[in-house]
Amino acid sequence: MTTKDTVYIALFAALTAALGLIPQITLAAGVPITAQSMGVMLAGALLGAKRGGLAIVLFLALVAIGLPLLAGGRGGAGVFFGASGGFLLGFPLGAFVIGYLFDRHRTRPPFALALVYVAGGGIGVVYLLGVPWLAQVANLATQQALLGSLAFVPGDLIKVVLTVLIAREVRKALPDL
Amino acid sequence: MLELYQPGNSPLHRLAPGWKILSLAVAGSLLFAVDTLMFSGAVVLVTLTLYRLAELPLSRAWAQLRPALWVFALILLAQVLFNDWWLGVLAITRFAALLMLAGLLTLTTRASEMIDGLETAFVPLRRLGLQTERVSLAISLTLRFIPVLVDVVQEVREAQRARGLERNFFALAIPALVRTLRMSEDVSDAIEAREF
Repeated sequence: MTTKDTVYIALFAALTAALGLIPQITLAAGVPITAQSMGVMLAGALLGAKRGGLAIVLFLALVAIGLPLLAGGRGGAGVFFGASGGFLLGFPLGAFVIGYLFDRHRTRPPFALALVYVAGGGIGVVYLLGVPWLAQVANLATQQALLGSLAFVPGDLIKVVLTVLIAREVRKALPDL
Repeated sequence: MLELYQPGNSPLHRLAPGWKILSLAVAGSLLFAVDTLMFSGAVVLVTLTLYRLAELPLSRAWAQLRPALWVFALILLAQVLFNDWWLGVLAITRFAALLMLAGLLTLTTRASEMIDGLETAFVPLRRLGLQTERVSLAISLTLRFIPVLVDVVQEVREAQRARGLERNFFALAIPALVRTLRMSEDVSDAIEAREF
């Protein structure tokens, strides 16, 4: 791990925090979407498995020690026990998986494949941890928790597309990231 | 730096962060292990007493719950529809106890103390090859980068306004990211030049 890697990890932890400052948009039916999870997707897509995953671990460590860096100014150890705690723990794993999939290509993966990678890690992996956790915290059956979480998928899909489009252009400008 | 810490000199403020974190973990596990309303309710009462001991007004405890109120409503609704309202009350009480306890840790512990605590906790990991000074560097860089990123986005927005592109998401996001990534290379060169 070089100094440059450390600086990139810090930068993407900060980026994920800064994305939480963007006011949330409310979709139809009152479902809020925030830009924060785009930080997770971008970290994986641009930094790769190890650095991307560590950037999000660092971000969550800062949240856990009480800095209000989550969207809506939330922070502190309590958020990990809350209804979305599992989704938060899914973030670094999601970034890692996205990075792992991108790392398997010597150059940039084709557009359609990149969409699949980012959706798989950024939605699939994150929900895989988040939904059972939600079910546990709220005393619900997993299917019921899943049904409730589906409302957030359209917003997440928009973020997947934006991430892939941005990551392509950034990689073009900085090929040896 | 913005933080949630509330200054004070109570026994809870003075307790070492490690003990507070450990107690929170134990209380969290017990709440799930002892699945009764009586126990969860007792933990809520003890927690409220601890807020008073920490010289924090009870409105602070309530402030921990307020953002979660809609989640409470959803839990209750789902339990009434699918199972039993009683299970909903239990889930909400347990959840409220956890939120207030974790809030207490955050309110009575400075972020800097927590960072020191984290670094101490990392020391045994040195044997496994973790470079603890890298972790400290990454933490301080992150806190410095957040305002920098906000500034860079403002600069790019100004520049794109001249082109009528200030409302174009990509015209903001892509140059801002490329610019900060290039800046990171300079930062890392500067750190290495000082033989970090």
